[in-house]
Amino acid sequence: MLRVEALRKSFEGFVAVNGARLAVDEGEVVAVIGPNGAGKTTLFHLITGQLPPDSGSIRFRETEIAGVAPHKICRMGVARSYQVVNIFSRLSVFDNVQVAVLARRGKTFNLLRPARTMAVSETRQILKSVGLGDKADRVCGLLSHGDQKVLEIAIALGSRPELLILDEPTAGMSPEETAQTLRLMKRLVAEFGLTILFCEHDMGMVFSIANRIMVMQQGQTIAEDAPEAVRSNPRVQEAYLGETAPC
Amino acid sequence: MIRALFSGKLLLVAAVVLAVLAAAPLMLSRFYVYLMALILVTGLLATSLNLVLGFGGMYQFHHAVFYGFGAYALTLMLTKTGMPAAAAYLLAPCCSAVLGLVIGLITVRLTKLYFGMLQISLGSLVWALAYRWYSFTGGDDGIHGIPIPDLLYASTSAYYFSLIVVAASLLLMYLIVNSPFGRIFQGIRDNPERCRAVGVDVVRHQLAGQAIAGFFAGVAGTLFVTVEGSVFPELMFWTLSLELIIMCLLGGWFVFLGPMLGAAIIVTLRTFVGIYTEYWTLVLGVVLMLLIFFLPEGVLGFALGKARPAAAEAVGEK
Repeated sequence: MLRVEALRKSFEGFVAVNGARLAVDEGEVVAVIGPNGAGKTTLFHLITGQLPPDSGSIRFRETEIAGVAPHKICRMGVARSYQVVNIFSRLSVFDNVQVAVLARRGKTFNLLRPARTMAVSETRQILKSVGLGDKADRVCGLLSHGDQKVLEIAIALGSRPELLILDEPTAGMSPEETAQTLRLMKRLVAEFGLTILFCEHDMGMVFSIANRIMVMQQGQTIAEDAPEAVRSNPRVQEAYLGETAPC
Repeated sequence: MIRALFSGKLLLVAAVVLAVLAAAPLMLSRFYVYLMALILVTGLLATSLNLVLGFGGMYQFHHAVFYGFGAYALTLMLTKTGMPAAAAYLLAPCCSAVLGLVIGLITVRLTKLYFGMLQISLGSLVWALAYRWYSFTGGDDGIHGIPIPDLLYASTSAYYFSLIVVAASLLLMYLIVNSPFGRIFQGIRDNPERCRAVGVDVVRHQLAGQAIAGFFAGVAGTLFVTVEGSVFPELMFWTLSLELIIMCLLGGWFVFLGPMLGAAIIVTLRTFVGIYTEYWTLVLGVVLMLLIFFLPEGVLGFALGKARPAAAEAVGEK
């Protein structure tokens, strides 16, 4: 579904992504791990079009999307959430998700119909499925951090993606919230048939959900394999996990 | 459509306000009728600015250009062509919309302050044209004694015409703010990056916003010509743009009717303080300082906040 090859991006001499490769097949849950500054977030920015790569190839369903504008990539079926909460802080929880749904339906140049009557059931459905149903009318800037991170995912779902990219979905969450998010991600795969690509520092979570793991270090892909193989990969242990194996 | 946006109570309030405004000329002197017309026109202008400023988050630093452009467009059509007046009245706001689009095509590539500064420069070019091109625009003298249609000539009829047009324009803008377009526009204000990530073509929406705001500024421009009977380059000078921004902030720029209230306060202040001293901006300065310290959400924002504490808390959260 997604093929990344020899991807490179540098910022004023600093090479953030240096020949990374990655493959995600339909229905998979793929995790990207690596120490801070390994280039995980930059990689996601490149895939979703927020940044143009210097060189390399990103193919989504046989279409080259390297350097394509983010709104076009989104319309092809790639949606993302952000590591740092990145929502519409003055709008209500409902409106946040509705913006994504309206954008997907292409209704955004409708000038005279009241927005509050449009896309209501779908938006409520999404909020309910992520567990924010009872907070729909709250202004989202006032939600707890954990709820804002869940809202991040809900906004991404509003685009009805085929490939969902989550940048550290549980960062800053309490253990209970992390467990809930994990259950949510499993449900998204099982019930909605989503393909998920995510990065995360919580190794327990990574190993409990990922089908495959890609390990990044200094902008390069140093391993891409099944969890067990990654766990026992000496290069990974040396480079990232130290002497002890994860978990 | 209307039913979904207005509660019965709100409709009632609107009807009462309209009735009072409609009855006003029966009780007030000509001067006050003129003043009220001026407030309506300026309020419409400030509200059109707020479409892009408060709801779109665009640094619209030179909105007066679209106002003046609409006023000049109408004037020139009335004085230099044999066009029917009704057509000129419809066409003039469209001219402003096109100007909004043209300036927007250049400015929306930049963001925030850079957008605003470029808009000031381009707007000043338009002002300079009107200011120096004596043979066409009358230069710094402007154009006076514009042949307003007989039907609108009397000050009361100009007032009623303004009232109807302003009310209709406000209704339209209110619909737009609450439409999907308005929702997306507010999303762009809060977070353009996220908007792109959910599939919104940000630049196209901003361009459309520029054209819409330009259009309603142009409508205000035509009303000004109707009320005043003349145009002059000051209509598109940048100081007026600054005053408009102050009106939005003063009234409350996250509330739809905030700019209308702001315009009423400023126009009234200018008129009455202006009688006693030419340094009325001194008073304006003090008002501004008080505003920044005590009412950062504007007068109407503050009042609504008092009425709905939870909403105020939400608005306070940037």
